[in-house]
Amino acid sequence: MNMHLTILLLLFFSVNTANANIIRVGKKNIATITEAIAIAKRYDTIFVEKGIYKEHNLVIDKPVYLMGLDKPLLDGESKYEIISVKADSVTVDGFRLQHSAISSIVDYAGIKIYNKHKVTIINNILEDTFFGVYVQYGIDCVIKNNTLVAHQKEEQQSGNGIHCWKSDSIQIINNTVSGHRDGIYFEFVTHSLIWRNFSHENLRYGLHFMFSNDDTYITNTFEGNGSGVSVMFSHGVKMFNNLFRKNWGDGAYGILFKEISDSYGQGNIFENNTTGVYMEGASRIDFQKNTFKHNGWALKIQASCMDINLHHNNFIANTFDVATNGSLVLNNFNENYWDKYEGYDLNKDKFGDVPYHPVSMYSMIIEKNPTAVLLFRSFITSLMDKTEKIMPGLTPENLKDNRPLMKPVL
Amino acid sequence: MKKIIKYVIADILRNKIVLAYTLCLFVFSFSIFNLEDNTSKGLLGLLNIILIIVPLISIIFSAIYVYNSAEFIELLVSQPLLRKQIWISLFSGLTVSLVVAFLLGVAIPVCIYEPTAVGLTILIVGVLLTIIFIAIAMLATLLTRDKAKGIGIVILLWLCFSLLFDGLVLFLEFQFADYPMEKIMIGISMLNPIDLGRILVLLKMDVSALMGYTGAVFKNFFGTSWGFASSILVMLIWIFVPVVISIVRFNKKDM
Repeated sequence: MNMHLTILLLLFFSVNTANANIIRVGKKNIATITEAIAIAKRYDTIFVEKGIYKEHNLVIDKPVYLMGLDKPLLDGESKYEIISVKADSVTVDGFRLQHSAISSIVDYAGIKIYNKHKVTIINNILEDTFFGVYVQYGIDCVIKNNTLVAHQKEEQQSGNGIHCWKSDSIQIINNTVSGHRDGIYFEFVTHSLIWRNFSHENLRYGLHFMFSNDDTYITNTFEGNGSGVSVMFSHGVKMFNNLFRKNWGDGAYGILFKEISDSYGQGNIFENNTTGVYMEGASRIDFQKNTFKHNGWALKIQASCMDINLHHNNFIANTFDVATNGSLVLNNFNENYWDKYEGYDLNKDKFGDVPYHPVSMYSMIIEKNPTAVLLFRSFITSLMDKTEKIMPGLTPENLKDNRPLMKPVL
Repeated sequence: MKKIIKYVIADILRNKIVLAYTLCLFVFSFSIFNLEDNTSKGLLGLLNIILIIVPLISIIFSAIYVYNSAEFIELLVSQPLLRKQIWISLFSGLTVSLVVAFLLGVAIPVCIYEPTAVGLTILIVGVLLTIIFIAIAMLATLLTRDKAKGIGIVILLWLCFSLLFDGLVLFLEFQFADYPMEKIMIGISMLNPIDLGRILVLLKMDVSALMGYTGAVFKNFFGTSWGFASSILVMLIWIFVPVVISIVRFNKKDM
């Protein structure tokens, strides 16, 4: 009986709080969004009709649901930060934002969240903004279904697409980011989810994070970014089914792991990169069921890495499978599929009977003397590779797959 | 001149070696594509054939053919014909038969399994290498009358182009590792038609690996249409120069 009463009371109060008004902004109603926010009460909904709004800097200082009908345009006139969110539980839905201010001192953004909880940014289009969506000390924020396009030219004078700093439990879902400095940038962001985003043609990195622990990255696509993807100084990173494509250049990597530990990668695809995965100072990483296809170097693993467990990965049509810079090997490469494997399987247990050495002598030579790349696939280098396979001298002897798979992992 | 070319081609076809060569190329290329599950590995096998087997067959076959038709050449020289014409006809006859053999053997499988830019580049490179090594062989045969010696020279030349030259280049690279060698390497690679052909194919096949810094230098040169055109041009020079020198020598030759 007592419980029923409590539920009834709860219902009563919850209905009471949901007693929100609707305020309309448009030609026949209130003229500006700033006025609408001024007269709005907490948890009101503000509908903004189609039109062009030059609000200077629109500050949202109370929890409201700001909803754009037919994508009304907010113009920052290249002088202002367009929307500043300074209240909890704000939703910004369905706007088109363009021309934020650009500065090398202040980080102006299309939408910036200042130290708030439960802010939702959905279905917006941001064009020509300095930073796109900027989250600073945000908790439980959702950034979803946004399109961010910029045409920035220089790294020094450009901002990031989705930029999060010192935040927790952020969800970044189904956004498209292009033309910024970094597509998605994290610094001190924890327990967050990055899912189904498409980050392409950014000046520097598609995804860039540091000191961001326990985040999960699922089915994102990173394509044609200036230097690929770079992640550093974090632990508890989980990556599933992401696609890293066409990151070309000397310093460009499908993904660069620097000082990453206790992490996990599964089902990712690395395609047409100069280097698929580059690991430096990484430790305790489980990497399985990933596919490396048509890369220059599928995997560059420096001798400073330890306890990297690579298994059940596919290495297909890469110019070089693995390159390293030393003879110390503290990692495990067993049970992968290598299309260059020339061994046999007499007992039909689906594992090759002789070990596979994925580091070719020639890749070691190129590591030392990059100009030698010109001799690649010539008679003499294949001859040297064959000799090295029989009598390893230069390549690290312990870097081998003792049980190479005969068929690719699906 | 046409008559001589016709006669040369008929003669070559009659001795059936070229037919066997065509058949071998055909069977090799088909089986390479069928054996491998991804076609890029097939192309790699094909590349090896084109860079090693094709020059070898072209150079040895042409040399032997020229030596064997010494009497026929003497007969022609005694006729009222220009020596230049005789030599060019001989060269053209050899070229047409070997190029057709190569195309029949390799182009059909490539068109079926890999009708891409890489496949096309491989075909172009193969045809050019065939012609270049015929030209080199014909020049080499003029150096000595002795057939055994001549064939020895020809094999040595092939070895130089396909193996020793690259060894030397690798040696140079390590000796001068501290210096910026990229531009010089482009120049040096022009000195060997096999290297040039290989690089052209490489640029289509291993683009990802070649986009590293040094690679990018090469890519910026060879990968542009300018670079491609100039590499083809250099390969044409590799045909033209031996042919011209051999014509001059043949004109002066004491039969």
